[in-house]
Amino acid sequence: MSDQHQPKGYYTGDIHNQYVEEHEVPKAKKVIWRTFWILLFVTIFEVAIAFAPLSKDVLQWIFVVLTIVKAGYIVGFFMHLFHEKFSFRYTILLPFVLIVYLIFIALAEGVYLNLID
Amino acid sequence: MFMWIFLISDAFTFSALLIAYGALRHRFTDIWPAPGDVFTHFPFIHGNVPLAYVAFMTFVLIMSSVTMVLAVEEGHRRNNRGVAFWLILTIVGGFIFLGSQAWEWYHFIVGSDKGAYILEDGRFARTDNYAPGSLFFWENYERTEVTGAEAERLVASAQKNIRGANLVENEYGDTPLFANFFFFITGFHGFHVFSGVVINIIILINVLNGVYARRGHYEQVEKTGLYWHFVDLVWVFVFTFFYLV
Repeated sequence: MSDQHQPKGYYTGDIHNQYVEEHEVPKAKKVIWRTFWILLFVTIFEVAIAFAPLSKDVLQWIFVVLTIVKAGYIVGFFMHLFHEKFSFRYTILLPFVLIVYLIFIALAEGVYLNLID
Repeated sequence: MFMWIFLISDAFTFSALLIAYGALRHRFTDIWPAPGDVFTHFPFIHGNVPLAYVAFMTFVLIMSSVTMVLAVEEGHRRNNRGVAFWLILTIVGGFIFLGSQAWEWYHFIVGSDKGAYILEDGRFARTDNYAPGSLFFWENYERTEVTGAEAERLVASAQKNIRGANLVENEYGDTPLFANFFFFITGFHGFHVFSGVVINIIILINVLNGVYARRGHYEQVEKTGLYWHFVDLVWVFVFTFFYLV
């Protein structure tokens, strides 16, 4: 009813990015396919180095970094989070500080219990 | 926006599961099976192809994420046919992934030809389909092999033979936790994919009936897209922390 005559902002009140509506279409598709190729090559690279003669610790950190890179591309470009408003972006991202803390205490506990065994 | 709030809570649930996995894996790191040694099957290929099928599943899910984002993109241009086309491909990708997961669960549950043995002295020894007659011991991800008459003697005097996996015991390692986490984490994720496919089908029916064309916007497709990308995102973490590391 009320949003019949709006040329652009046809969204019904949710905070949403203007990026996907305003930029031209070919560029959006280019970004999508570029993201796809990056995700694909990172995945192939991960499987390839899984059996490389590197120490387990080095491999683990490579995997962690590459996983965060992949997650960043999915959340940022597929879910358009990089183009949301600043306040919205950080409302979503900041709670994950708690997860980082949980990883730290849980893994420290696991390693400790293994050591005293 | 509320889809994002829901996704945060869902992300916390998955984080808790994966962190619990990490904590217990570090707790039992000496006896934990190496995933590259467990997931070695690929359809129509006889032989040892570790992680190849999981990599294929990852590819399918990333691909279906791409088709979903293309459906959302067509929605911005209010192209009803385009949205329907890409949504159908997304649903097909979802079904391929679910079928792959069923296939993988089947091979995980059935296990290898000979399974694993609990030896007389309580040690845990695995067998390998491609090295018949040999026994393998795992400690701290290092593999030692026993062959020939010695292996035969150990098998003959073994306390117990374990085949495949269930919630109580499994042939992959001397702890039920590995199989429990496998069933729980990939099962929980698979159920999310299943829900996503059902939601996508409902949205597709609406698109085909022209509901969003009449409404003038495809916000509903966008929200479903967010959920679908989230499922892909979770798989990226499951792939790394369950299969690769």
